[in-house]
Amino acid sequence: MYAYIAKRLLVAIPTLLIISIFVFLLQKLLPGDPVLAMAGEERDPEVIAYLREQYRLNDPVVYQYFYWLGDVLRGDLGTSLRTNQPVTELILQKLPVTIQLAVMAMIFAVLIGIPAGILAAVHKNTALDYLANLVALSGLSIPNFWLGIMLILLVSVHLGWLPASGYYPFFVDPLRSLKTMVMPAFVLSTPLAAMLMRHTRSSMLGVLRADYIRTARAKGLSERTVVIEHGLRNGLLPIITLSALLFGDLLAGAVLTEQIFTIPGFGKLIVDAVFNRDYAVVQGVVLCTAAAFILMNLLADILYVLLNPRMRASL
Amino acid sequence: MTDSAMTEPVLSVRNLTVSFRSADIWRPVVRDVSFDVGPRETVSIVGESGSGKSVTSLAIMRLLAKGASSIEGEVLLNGQNLLALPEEQMRDVRGNDIAMIFQEPMTSLNPTFTIGRQIAETLIRHRRISAAQAKVESIELLEKVRIPNARARIREYPHQFSGGMRQRVMIAMALASKPKLLIADEPTTALDVTIQGQILDLLKLLQEEEDGMSILFITHDMGVVAEIAERTLVMYRGDVVESGPTEGIFRRGREPYTRALLSSVPRLGSMGDRDWPLRFPIVDIETGQASEPTEVAGTLDRSRTPILSVRNLVTRFDIRSGFLQRKTAAVHAVENVSFDLAQGETLALVGESGCGKSTTGRSIMRLVEPCSGEVQLDGYDVLKLGPRDLRRMRRSVQMVFQDPFASLNPRMSVGTAISEPFLAHGLGSKAQARERTADLLERVGLTTDMMRRYPHEFSGGQRQRISIARALSLEPKVIVADESVSALDVSIKAQVCNLLLDLQESLGLAFLFISHDMAVVERVSHRVAVMYLGEIVEIGPRAAVFGNPQHAYTRKLIAAVPVPDPARRSMKRNIAVDELKNPVRPRGYQPPKRNYREVAPGHFVQME
Repeated sequence: MYAYIAKRLLVAIPTLLIISIFVFLLQKLLPGDPVLAMAGEERDPEVIAYLREQYRLNDPVVYQYFYWLGDVLRGDLGTSLRTNQPVTELILQKLPVTIQLAVMAMIFAVLIGIPAGILAAVHKNTALDYLANLVALSGLSIPNFWLGIMLILLVSVHLGWLPASGYYPFFVDPLRSLKTMVMPAFVLSTPLAAMLMRHTRSSMLGVLRADYIRTARAKGLSERTVVIEHGLRNGLLPIITLSALLFGDLLAGAVLTEQIFTIPGFGKLIVDAVFNRDYAVVQGVVLCTAAAFILMNLLADILYVLLNPRMRASL
Repeated sequence: MTDSAMTEPVLSVRNLTVSFRSADIWRPVVRDVSFDVGPRETVSIVGESGSGKSVTSLAIMRLLAKGASSIEGEVLLNGQNLLALPEEQMRDVRGNDIAMIFQEPMTSLNPTFTIGRQIAETLIRHRRISAAQAKVESIELLEKVRIPNARARIREYPHQFSGGMRQRVMIAMALASKPKLLIADEPTTALDVTIQGQILDLLKLLQEEEDGMSILFITHDMGVVAEIAERTLVMYRGDVVESGPTEGIFRRGREPYTRALLSSVPRLGSMGDRDWPLRFPIVDIETGQASEPTEVAGTLDRSRTPILSVRNLVTRFDIRSGFLQRKTAAVHAVENVSFDLAQGETLALVGESGCGKSTTGRSIMRLVEPCSGEVQLDGYDVLKLGPRDLRRMRRSVQMVFQDPFASLNPRMSVGTAISEPFLAHGLGSKAQARERTADLLERVGLTTDMMRRYPHEFSGGQRQRISIARALSLEPKVIVADESVSALDVSIKAQVCNLLLDLQESLGLAFLFISHDMAVVERVSHRVAVMYLGEIVEIGPRAAVFGNPQHAYTRKLIAAVPVPDPARRSMKRNIAVDELKNPVRPRGYQPPKRNYREVAPGHFVQME
């Protein structure tokens, strides 16, 4: 088991390196010379030469990549061109916000999607099944921003139950933090919940036809035990992998959701950075997101192995 | 209806009718079935697929999908009508008073739980004992079904057990609450023949040990019926056509269908000293009139060079493991196999699962790459061919697979499927392909108007005929028939075997007939090669191998085949509890040098 985890971690390293190359090239390939921007109006050739020398821009690109990579490994992602803050600091500020949003959205998605999927599978081709499918389809097809705006209008403006925007750190005021985050997390979770529901349903439908389910019934077990204990453990296996893959969608969705609810998170950071051509920040955020995605998939693979004895045997 | 008088029956089924709903029409699949199972009695229900035998057993347990099925009649367990019980109470009956084991031990256990947990679950559910007590009793149960080293194996998962051992686990689970009735639904069908013998023995033994347990045994295999059942019901398309003591059914089957069924069952040892393969008699289900089976003589010409000649064929599959996925061992699937196949001859490769018989067939066609050896096929040096010649070579040898449902593309019409090889090899125009296809369909006993239809519109037997037609479209000289009749019902099996024999007679085909079914092999082949752990342990003319088996494994294999003769019922094989060994060898393993002894002309046995 430990060997498996170690192996998976080792495999993650080349993946991250390849991503880092793309991230680095991103900056090199984009039009516009940052030195010209920094040199100011006069564009004094001496200043430009000095800046080029200082940032080692005269060295071959490969060297530059390794300088950059060395900095990244030391935790230095460069400095924001706009605010002059270190990028690492910016990310560490914004990251907890987005993590909270993503985790809450994931919890919502799992709590809604999986039970709904099970119910739909158990009551296949009944009104309940059709209703669950209808809701799931709506969840997938209603755009995030529209749902967000509608919810703000209803819950915040008309009913005044929840704040329409903003952010409070969780550890400062948990209740208030949760209150501001519930609506964005729900909005972010809807497409995810819908997909989880659809996949749980089809996975459970397959499992419930399995021979061992018939065996479980023939033992005289209650329907609840049959479905939850014997069915779900097997039905969830493909869902674990799916959830990790959907995590990428979650991060993408967070960008939009944070805009709608004006949450000062990762999404807002990257949007601002892109509009301001703040490449160091863009690089930092992309690298960080990719690492998070890889980590999630690693966790999913480990969980999959833990839940599936057949996989454990082949390690 | 024969009553098991004297004592009250344990199970009494009265006028059971089961209907399924399809497209809002209720269609009866079991009609008016009545029978009794007495204490300590074994009753079997025998029939082909679609006869309603499994549906009957599931209806007794009320395990059929609600809403899509309706059950009428009475199912009395010790006088209590199960069909009238509320679901809650029925659950107390299931796994407690009536336990059930199924056909597929591979898939009937939950892969994610240890077997200990799965056995204990039944105990805790019905006897309300503590988890610790349940564990102790689970170990006892595993010992009772003769699983070696039960104490340690209780923590293992189903995939760590072989098929036979899994069926033992299923039986242990079924015995957990000392049921009055055990329903066994084709419990040995998916198992190898020596393992089947062990499981049948175990069931007989347990019936003696477990005081008064009755068994309802569902099967399609007349040999198994003869061996295990005191009384038998024969079902056909939802009706019981005949029932009574097993001896009576076998000796004086009154109904035409019973006679048809019995006559299509190949009996091991019935061929004696015949020289040639023998067709199966076909009995008309309506009249009971049997056709006289004819021999397939004179297809064989041994004076010519063999069409297929295999020398020292070796195929191994690497097993990689560890951190760096290094080769640590290899499956020695085919080890030093040599044989010849003459034009018009059928050579059977027999053996149990994992013996390498299928891999041998695939290696010859290079569907898997052999490691070494030599294969001469119709003038091709097969193992040396480049990709282009390899394709051309395949015109000489074609394959017919086991599963007629999985080996035809469901989205391809039958005509397209049959003409595809012809067109892919560029042998003619589309019009010629169509003509050829029509001709082939008629040759395999189908009609030309079936060309436009799709595989799902055909029965299993018809699909296998289509697969045969497809294999014939390239006019091959050799056909590798890999368990081609194994998945078919007995009567269909007889017909498809006859078709293969007809084709051999008219086209002079050579068959490499890969099968685990000894009785069918005896009927259709000229020569037989017995494979064990990747090696041929005995090879020779059919009459010699069956009549005078020399190798211990050949004898074991022949002894394990159930013979449809009720006189053998009390027989026990006393086969030791063992599992099939596997041919996995560590890296660097050197197979021992094998020597063969010639018992009689052409009859070779591996020396031990």
